[in-house]
Parts: sequence; structure tokens; C-alpha cells
Amino acid sequence: MSAAGLFVILVSGILVNNFVMSRFLGICPFLGVSKQVETAVGMSMAVTFVMTLASIITYLVQYLLLAPLGLEYLQTIAFILVIAALVQFVEMVVQKVSPTLYKALGVYLPLITTNCAVLGVAILNIQSEYNLIETIVNAIGASIGFGLVIILFAGIRERLEIADVPAVFKGFPIALITASLMSMAFLGFAGLV
Amino acid sequence: MDITSILTPVFILGGMGLIFGGGLAYASQKFAVKIDPRIAAIRDALPGANCGGCGVPGCDGFASAVAEGKAPADGCPVASEEAVKAIASIMGQEVSSGEKMVARVICAGGINNSKESFEYYGIEDCKAANMFKGGSKNCKYGCLGLGTCVKVCPFDAIKISEDRLAVIDPDKCTGCGKCIEECPKNVIAMVPYGQDVHIDCNNKEKGKEVKQKCEVGCIGCQICVKACPFDAIIFEDNLARIDYDKCKNCMVCAQKCPTKAIYANFEKRKKAEIIEEKCIQCTICKKNCPVEAIEGEVKQPHKILEDKCIGCGICEEKCPKGAIRMK
Repeated sequence: MSAAGLFVILVSGILVNNFVMSRFLGICPFLGVSKQVETAVGMSMAVTFVMTLASIITYLVQYLLLAPLGLEYLQTIAFILVIAALVQFVEMVVQKVSPTLYKALGVYLPLITTNCAVLGVAILNIQSEYNLIETIVNAIGASIGFGLVIILFAGIRERLEIADVPAVFKGFPIALITASLMSMAFLGFAGLV
Repeated sequence: MDITSILTPVFILGGMGLIFGGGLAYASQKFAVKIDPRIAAIRDALPGANCGGCGVPGCDGFASAVAEGKAPADGCPVASEEAVKAIASIMGQEVSSGEKMVARVICAGGINNSKESFEYYGIEDCKAANMFKGGSKNCKYGCLGLGTCVKVCPFDAIKISEDRLAVIDPDKCTGCGKCIEECPKNVIAMVPYGQDVHIDCNNKEKGKEVKQKCEVGCIGCQICVKACPFDAIIFEDNLARIDYDKCKNCMVCAQKCPTKAIYANFEKRKKAEIIEEKCIQCTICKKNCPVEAIEGEVKQPHKILEDKCIGCGICEEKCPKGAIRMK
């Protein structure tokens, strides 16, 4: 596929088919780790790393192991196995390399295991019949898209923290309203690709 | 059906699991991080309510703060005495066992004692009621008894009495202070757990106005201030207040208070008793007794006048031979 095709996949992952905003995958970390920009950046980096690696490995698992043996029906469980192991690995690395980031991410780091965006990317790669390069590009696009919205959202929530919000809307209610408004804004990209 | 169609997936998935497991085992060795083992030990000793009463978010945070020396070992207001001692021994420190503080509603003016100026039919919440003319009670300083504190108490220690007053069970109270934050009337205060005498009034108005509004309010007559043998009652803002460091729980103030605004559990009042075998008849106790409840001359047997003794425990402290005990 040409470079233009790859670019389309990238833009589609970041904006048009944004995983959080239009596919509604990965909502848990999106709401959970978006209180501060700093942790949001850490989270999106961890997700980028896990997503890209998971996409590559699941691609290899799918086409080298499952497909030749006719075991496509094991796709979900095999992919979850890959993702779970990867997340464990990332957790160890983060704890060693950056204790601050490890502390900031807290419980959400192991939660990437159950981040459906990661599994979603892996399965969508197979469904869209991407080749390895396209798979990587799609994963990078999806994780940049995830990072983009979570950091934007964290920025908004940091401001909301000091804004004069009615008591009943304080905290999560206003965050959910903000998320829905952001989602509507992202709908504006529909039809771009 | 071929047996291989079952065995292949088993081997494939099992193999993947084995490879990943082995990889992770290797990585956990390679990337092992040394964690202060004290943090986990302290964490285990804590109550685990994650109430935030210590000022650090969550028990995990408090445990690491203690291990780093940023928080005192007895910084958890909820931890029992044993837990505090356990944490201190983990840290290799001695802890001066400060007296446990509990929350107390300093108002005795239930609906039978403090009249209502109107009937309130709004939301059953003190904060909501307080917004409308400061609540329905005539006294604007007292407990509204609509249970806002009951809702926030994480330990189920607060009940609303029949008299519509919030009552805090000192045995259940852990002193986390959440009710104090919530109470719109600021009528909850921290008091020592062992304290048996309390001034249950928060009204800072002049005596005449208090008298009109509540039958058990502090009218600022200062009789208690004069009656206290230990100068333990401070009078300010038209309100008497007990200095808990000086108070000996003698309950004289509660006896003298004309409006019964001072609570005392007279059943708990102690009496001094002389242990004859140990007494050397030195009259030191007699000289120190603030209420002249001890009779006796040098070289003569001493005697305690039970009806005069207020159980302050001064004689027990002063006796050089330990011949007096309180019971």
C-alpha cells in the first residue's frame, strides 16, 4: 500500500475513528487517569507502548500460530494472554525506570490489561486485514488518538477543578458532560476519510 | 472429530502461557525494585479504611509517609492503641501514647429543651435547614439533629436521639473528624476519650437570651468557674469551657451548674480510699485535699469523708507511700 494509504490509516486512528471518542473503547482509563495532565501523559505513553507492541505480537500470533492451525476461534483469549503479559512487563519496567510515574499511574497501570482499546486495536487490525506495516501504523494512530483525547480531557479537568461548578455537578458529573461534548466535537471529523 | 483438534489449541495456548510466564519471571528478576519492607508492614497494621483523616490520601500513602519519616507513627487518628504501638515498633520508635480524642456534640438542647420558632418541612439535612434562618431551633448555635453528621460518619458512631440531637458513641468514634467538617453549626468538638465532664453548650449569646431559648444552655453565670477547685474552667465569649489538661473530672461544676448545662456521669465518680497498712499518717494528703475531705492528725489514723470527697485524685498523686487509691 502507498504512503498515502498509511497516512489515511493514521489520521483515521487519531481523529476520525478515535478509539475513545467515536468507538467508545478505553473509557475506564480515559475517566480514571485524566485528573492531571502529568499522569495523563504517562498513561498515554504506557498505552502507546502496550498497544504498538501488542499489535505486532498479536499480528504474529494470528498469522503464524492461529491461522495456519485453523484456531482463529481462540483469537480473543490468545490476544488477552499477550496483552496481559505485556502489561505486566510494562509495569515492571515502569516501576524500575520511573517510580514517580509508577506511583502516579497507580492502579490504572494494571488496568491497561483490561483496556478494551488495546484488545480492540488488535482485533480490528485482523478484521481490516491489514499487513504488518499497516498494523503498526494503525496501532500508533490509535494510541496517539487515545493520548490526544486523554491529555486534552485532563487539561479541561484541571481547569474545571478551579472553575465555579454547581455543587451537584462537581467532580464526575461535569467530567462526564465534558466527555460527551468532546465526543460530539470529534463527530465533526466523520466522513473525512 | 479428531483428537488433535483439541490437543493443538491446548498446546498452543499452554505454550504461549509458558513462554510469557517464563519471560515475566526473568523480567521480574531483571527489573526487581527494592521496596522498603516497612511500608508493607505498616500498611498491614493500619485499619485500612482509607478515610484520609491523617491528611495523606489513603492508608498506602500514610504507610510510605511514615516509613520515609514524613509522618509520625501515631499520625493515624483511627488506629487503635495497639496498632499505633505496632507501627512504632516497626519504625523502632517509642510513642508517647497521647490520649485518644473523640468527637462530641456539645449541645444538650434537644427539642424538649430548646424550643422551635417554626416547623421545618424541608430537606432532612442540617446544611439545607441551616440555610433557612439558621434552622428551626430558637438557639442558632445548637445541634439541628437532622443527621448530616450521621451520613458522613464512616464508622456508624453517630445516632440521632429521640430528642432530635446527634449523639456520638465514644467507643465507636475514631476521631477522624469528618463530622466536624460537615456540621454547619460547628457544634461538634474533639474531647479526650477519658473525660467524664463536658460543658454541653455552644451558645455564645448573653445569659438572658440563652435562658429564653434553651433550658439547658450556658447562661454565663460563672458559678462553675468559681466552684472549680483546679481553675480548669475558662470563661470566654459568654461561654464556659473546660481546660482538659487541668480538669480532674471531679464533677463539682456539674453539681453547681444551675441550668445543668454541664454533663457529668456521676456513676463514674471515684472516691479515695486509704490503705491502712501503707499509711504513715503524715497528713500530706490532708494538706493537699482541695475540699477538706480528709481528717486526721500526725501519728493518728486518717479518714476520708465520703460525702465530701469529689474523687479528684490529688491525694493519690501526693501520697508519698502510695497509700491512697481511687475506686
